[in-house]
Amino acid sequence: MQLEIRERTSGDVAILDLIGKITIGEGSVQLRDAVSKLLEAGRNRIVLNLGGVTYVDSSGIGELVSRYTTTKNTGGRLKLLNLPKKIKDLLMITKLLTVFEIYEDEQAALDSFQ
Amino acid sequence: MMLAENVVELTIASQLEFIDLVTTLTDNLTHMVGFDEESAYWINMAVRESVANAVEHGNKYDPQKSVDIRFTIGVDALRVTVRDYGEGFDPSTLPDPLDPNNLLNPAGRGILYMRTFMDSVEYERHPDGGMIVSMSKRRLPKAAQEAGEGEHKHDAVRN
Repeated sequence: MQLEIRERTSGDVAILDLIGKITIGEGSVQLRDAVSKLLEAGRNRIVLNLGGVTYVDSSGIGELVSRYTTTKNTGGRLKLLNLPKKIKDLLMITKLLTVFEIYEDEQAALDSFQ
Repeated sequence: MMLAENVVELTIASQLEFIDLVTTLTDNLTHMVGFDEESAYWINMAVRESVANAVEHGNKYDPQKSVDIRFTIGVDALRVTVRDYGEGFDPSTLPDPLDPNNLLNPAGRGILYMRTFMDSVEYERHPDGGMIVSMSKRRLPKAAQEAGEGEHKHDAVRN
């Protein structure tokens, strides 16, 4: 499996710990399915913890953007936590760093929903 | 026969599963050539993007069409060409992913990443059909690499 996704909950916020690769094909699809499942259950306050992600390609970046937009369209919020430097670089190159809400501290990410 | 340049060629079917095979080979070659870890990572990504584009947009996953990858280890640079057998396209007509209206598009960033991480990226139509993308990355003298004097186009994103 390219990407392992572990789900946790803190109050009404869903935290997805992502471990592995978010690349074209399996990894991107797994992320899409995991976020869709949360939204279908009415859970639209989401934190993606990317601390365990080892590789992201343009398809993975596109998937992050799609999940951000889809969540926002439901009136919810999707925030990013623990971005590895190379993912930060990829977001910066494509001017996406300011689009996402990005946190390095989980509690700060959770508090931001209040 | 002595070759001035070492050439490694690989042909894969139009399946995403084979992309990792190509990037594993890429990692071996960049290590062999002596690229630093940072450059090797981004070369890997540029190759991944070009092969993924060939499979997805070029050959449209047609199992009858292959993707041909050729690595040329030159004295001055590593060159990579990736050929598909699709209908071809004009890269100048692609939407600019940095246009504020396109920032939230789910796709269209791959070529920008390739152009950022490689020293040159050129697209041309193959006379027999399909597209060829040719990319190169300069090899720096080892001493310059160790002294951190190398010019990297993506230095701007390191801070």
